[in-house]
Amino acid sequence: MGLKILTEHINVPGINTLETYRKMGGYRSVEKALKTMTPDEVVEEVKKSGLRGRGGAGFPTGMKWSFLAKPEGKPRYLVCNADESEPGTFKDRVLMEKIPHALIEGMITSSYALGARTSYIYIRGELMFVLRILEKAIAECYAAGLLGENILGSGYSLDLHVHPGGGAYICGEETALLESLEGKRGNPRNKPPFPAVWGLYGCPTVVNNVESIASVPWIVNNTGEEYAKIGVGRSTGTKLISASGHINNPGVYEIELGLPVEEFLFSDEYCGGIWKGRKFKAIVAGGSSVPILPGELFLKTAEGTPRVMTYESLSEGGFVSGTMLGSGGFIVMDDTTCIVRNTWNFSRFYHHESCGQCSPCREGTGWMEKILHRIEHGHGHMHDIDLLVNVSKQIEGNTICPLGDAAAWPVASAVRHFRHEFEWHVKHPEKATAPGAVYSGAEDLAFA
Amino acid sequence: MAKITFDGIEVEVPDGTSILNAARKIGGNVVPPAMCYYTPLKGSGGKCRACLVKVTAGSAKDPRPMPKLVASCVTPVQDGMVVENTLSPQVMEARKGVVEMLLINHPLDCPVCDQAGECDLQNFSYAHGTSGTRFEEERRTFERKDIGPLIQLHMNRCILCYRCVYTADQITDKRVHGVLGRGDAAEIGTYIENAIDNDFSGNVIDVCPVGALTDKTFRFKNRVWFTKPVDAHRDCPKCAGKVVLWMRGSDVLRVTGRKNEYGELVDFICNECRFEKKEVADWTIDGPRHIPRASVISANHYELPVINPQVIADLPESTTKELQIIPRPF
Repeated sequence: MGLKILTEHINVPGINTLETYRKMGGYRSVEKALKTMTPDEVVEEVKKSGLRGRGGAGFPTGMKWSFLAKPEGKPRYLVCNADESEPGTFKDRVLMEKIPHALIEGMITSSYALGARTSYIYIRGELMFVLRILEKAIAECYAAGLLGENILGSGYSLDLHVHPGGGAYICGEETALLESLEGKRGNPRNKPPFPAVWGLYGCPTVVNNVESIASVPWIVNNTGEEYAKIGVGRSTGTKLISASGHINNPGVYEIELGLPVEEFLFSDEYCGGIWKGRKFKAIVAGGSSVPILPGELFLKTAEGTPRVMTYESLSEGGFVSGTMLGSGGFIVMDDTTCIVRNTWNFSRFYHHESCGQCSPCREGTGWMEKILHRIEHGHGHMHDIDLLVNVSKQIEGNTICPLGDAAAWPVASAVRHFRHEFEWHVKHPEKATAPGAVYSGAEDLAFA
Repeated sequence: MAKITFDGIEVEVPDGTSILNAARKIGGNVVPPAMCYYTPLKGSGGKCRACLVKVTAGSAKDPRPMPKLVASCVTPVQDGMVVENTLSPQVMEARKGVVEMLLINHPLDCPVCDQAGECDLQNFSYAHGTSGTRFEEERRTFERKDIGPLIQLHMNRCILCYRCVYTADQITDKRVHGVLGRGDAAEIGTYIENAIDNDFSGNVIDVCPVGALTDKTFRFKNRVWFTKPVDAHRDCPKCAGKVVLWMRGSDVLRVTGRKNEYGELVDFICNECRFEKKEVADWTIDGPRHIPRASVISANHYELPVINPQVIADLPESTTKELQIIPRPF
């Protein structure tokens, strides 16, 4: 078993209560930080730890914190992004549901480091029951003097609020989240200015993922150097992976970064291999937004080196033969999965969730979905496949926020790696539209 | 002050100016098109992606290029920035893509659209689009909505530039319309059926880059290129009273605000001037309105290009006949 930082006590009965959580060593970081460290020292520790944002982009958290502008007379905010809506990602939900105090402890320590007096947890609207759990935990903290005025007699005061979203995927984008938190329509803002300068209510704001914030207490307790020792290279620490799809043991796993992917997928400690003894066909490694990879390219890079679970290793080969660790949403597909249908399904999601603010994403996501719908249902043409790639290129990089990229990558990568399946759908529509039909690789795809 | 190089031309602008406005200072063909940005409206821009440009050097201090194309209307200049617009094939390609995206669900009902002839989307697609379409699906349509007796809303034509929303926010007292829904189902509406009725509400017609918001009092009255635009003014207690009258003979068919060369209103005008003062007697006429030569409104208003008479004399007779060079009495 690898080292567990976030989920060590997840199975302790009553860990969702303050009493048990403190018994297990909780809130030590709050005492340590507030009583013995200056805010800058906490930031310095997080910087040293090399902790990278766990929401998907992998931006170093310490660096993000140090970019926070500190103008006189303006409040600063810490906002926790708990709007976890990426298909295939469900790690934050488990963490908040089981150990709500891990997040709250991280919020207090991080808010202290950033000098925030009011902090928010913006939670996905569908997770109302988690919101109740968090609110209960926050009430416990207020009663115990861990939140509110003069925390633990240190002179530092913090108010923590939980705010539910309305169920829009786009509000997981940090600036759309801030707009939504301000009570406006959740449209992403143009950047620059970045939230570190102009964030919530026009004040400097840091937006961090649940898992990033929950990692901070361990870093404060055990120093950043210790954290940096876990993992490989620039991918330090542990990461929660939500594994789903055609595997024997789906669930949320905490892994040390640097774990070989083969071990993660096939050992019984983790995913336990592909179910029903089937073949490993493809995988989406970091939530639906990242490029899909065929099984063999995922286990080994194009050069033949075995991949390990780090940001760098998974993205080796760029978009040609690599993918991204993203938010750690593993969707494993066996050889009965139709990639075209899967791509259409993803595309439908992005079509539904595009905010409609900027034109390439608003029109392009719908267009891609319609083309994929046609191909999947046997009305496609050969030129549609190239058109798909072309439309995805017209969206990628030309939009305000990364949702456009997220919509374009799965489509472009599916065509790149599984083009023969698309061609099969076009050439043999009657076979492809039969229930449960999957391209077996045996068909002749040559055109007369 | 910041000095930037735009398409190889150096220009100096105050700090904080957007790249687009720096380009407009140069003027001419290098200016990126803008479908959603509107200088008088705070917060507008960044949505249509028509003005994407490539920043090949971020600033003198940090000369790294920006990884993605940026929207020039909302990206501030930095000293020493190098920007490519028409010089960059990547930008031209992206712009072609933006035109295509804007047109796939646009009804292309220009023959019956009142905006035709002065439509930003028409100009944009003539300049950067292709003649064919690769979109085989059915176009998206919306239910018709009535937003009052003065303004006609054609949601099918809308490109969601948000200009009318900003106008209602910033120019009128109380905004009653906004964007509802999301993705390609997002639409302009009042949610509960409601008339947009406000002293300055008519300005949403002028700011609309397409025919989504048109003047009901001018609806199907005439094609804009058959009308004669003249500058006029009156003493208006509510607004500046400086307008353009679109006339046919001695009839005032339509009143609009005065727009600059980028289609932006110089002064917002009130509804009284726009909808009620439709008699020549209401106005003091200042003179003909200057319309750019390239506009379809100018069609037949200019003579053939002047050719050096000496050259004509040297041409063989067959050529001169073919060119139909007829001397005109000017």
